[in-house]
Amino acid sequence: MTETSLEIQGLVHAYPDGQQTLRGVCLTLRRGERVALLGPNGAGKTTLALHLNGVLTPSAGTVRVAGLPVLPQHLAEIRRRVGIVFQDPDDQLFMPTVRDDIAFGPANLGLRGQALDRRVSAALSAVGLAGHADRVPHHLSFGQRRRAAVATVLAMEPEILVLDEPSSNLDPASRRELADILDGLDVTVLLITHDLPYALRLCQRSVILSGGVIVADGPTADLLADADLLARHRLELPYGFDVRMLDSRPPGQPPARDPARSSPC
Amino acid sequence: MTGVGYADRLYLPADTAMHRLPGHVKLVAALGFVLAVGCTPREQFWAFGGHAGLLAIAVARARIPITVLLRRLTVELPFLAFAILMPFLASGRRVEVLGVGLSVTGLLDAWNILAKATLGVSTSIVLAATTNLRDLLLGLERLRLPSLLIQIMSFMIRYGDLILAETHRMRIARESRGFVARDVRQVPVLARSVGALFIRVYERGERVHLAMLSRGYTGGMPGLLQTAAVPAQWAGALALPLAAATVAAAAWTRS
Repeated sequence: MTETSLEIQGLVHAYPDGQQTLRGVCLTLRRGERVALLGPNGAGKTTLALHLNGVLTPSAGTVRVAGLPVLPQHLAEIRRRVGIVFQDPDDQLFMPTVRDDIAFGPANLGLRGQALDRRVSAALSAVGLAGHADRVPHHLSFGQRRRAAVATVLAMEPEILVLDEPSSNLDPASRRELADILDGLDVTVLLITHDLPYALRLCQRSVILSGGVIVADGPTADLLADADLLARHRLELPYGFDVRMLDSRPPGQPPARDPARSSPC
Repeated sequence: MTGVGYADRLYLPADTAMHRLPGHVKLVAALGFVLAVGCTPREQFWAFGGHAGLLAIAVARARIPITVLLRRLTVELPFLAFAILMPFLASGRRVEVLGVGLSVTGLLDAWNILAKATLGVSTSIVLAATTNLRDLLLGLERLRLPSLLIQIMSFMIRYGDLILAETHRMRIARESRGFVARDVRQVPVLARSVGALFIRVYERGERVHLAMLSRGYTGGMPGLLQTAAVPAQWAGALALPLAAATVAAAAWTRS
């Protein structure tokens, strides 16, 4: 098994109308790392995520997931390896019950019977929703739906979990519950957000995507302490939040271990 | 936004043998019963009594309160209003009832509609009260209904509430800015709202499709987690349409 979960080299993407959203992104994530992808609205964060599982095709550059290039002939395996949790859980939960929804991905991988049941139960337990399998998604609270959405991709046992704005619209208790769950997962995580305290809470390393390129890559606490850097890229800490007052190591994370840097493009 | 759960309002949760029957078994039994009722000659009044008796047994076994059944039966009233007119409008031999001349053929037609519609609607009420929507979809899937239709129905059930809530929010947004739908002059505003709603639903459809692709969707649903029916369940459920078919056959031999 390779030590690199994700390797992006010179990724360029232009939409059909010619608008160029990614202009040469380079990023490497080591196995087990949790990295925050920060950036203002419109920076291309979600566009980047959709390249990781081959929903969008790059205009130039390459993406490799655990060594496997994202190419049409590998799409099934790539989509097993990359689990994307979208921003609106109602987009992610489209089946009649939570159980059916969580079974959807593994069933597409060919799992049936008891193996499928075990996968569903394990994913539900991992997000603290055991006992909610037969609930109808729209009867769950928003926080529960967000966690169920995480379970739908955990059930595919992904190599890398990509979360698009996971803390948006959550009340403080639901934010903490979700952070606790993410903390306990043994999987590579790419956390896409502009919620900077949440990035600090969960990720030792952060990268800033702005203007279609990675403009900064380093320990989250260092990036968040650089007010000029944040201001240049339309990022702001909440009023009264001072990163220097906090322990720079997020809870649950191992001590600093020289995070992998994005390769120069 | 948790939705009002319009989609499963008709289901009455209970733990009866009828509730536990797999969806496809109940669908076949209900369809068979309705066909038997539909084939019964209208002049054989006693046969409809027989059908009603069989259905009453099913209602009792499903523990559906009679008040619920009667309240839900009101859905057929608009159709019955048409049936009531038939004895007055139809031509042919007439009889005098309370001083009013009524067509015999029209009376028989009205009775035919009244009896068969009431039995048919009651059957679907029993089916809906004992089968949740997921089991109904499973049943249709097992009965080999095309997968695309099942998917469309499944999404309608899942997203109906969301679309209703979206409509509700748009109405509140309109009214919060002083809009009141008084007369035809307000139609353009409402039409634009419907257009905006369509675009939003369409965009959601695209996002759901992306989420499906991301979890390995290639055009076919992997199939919901199914439960098979045991022979005893088939036998129990098919007893209803078979008994109704026997009643219908007896009615034909007498007519």
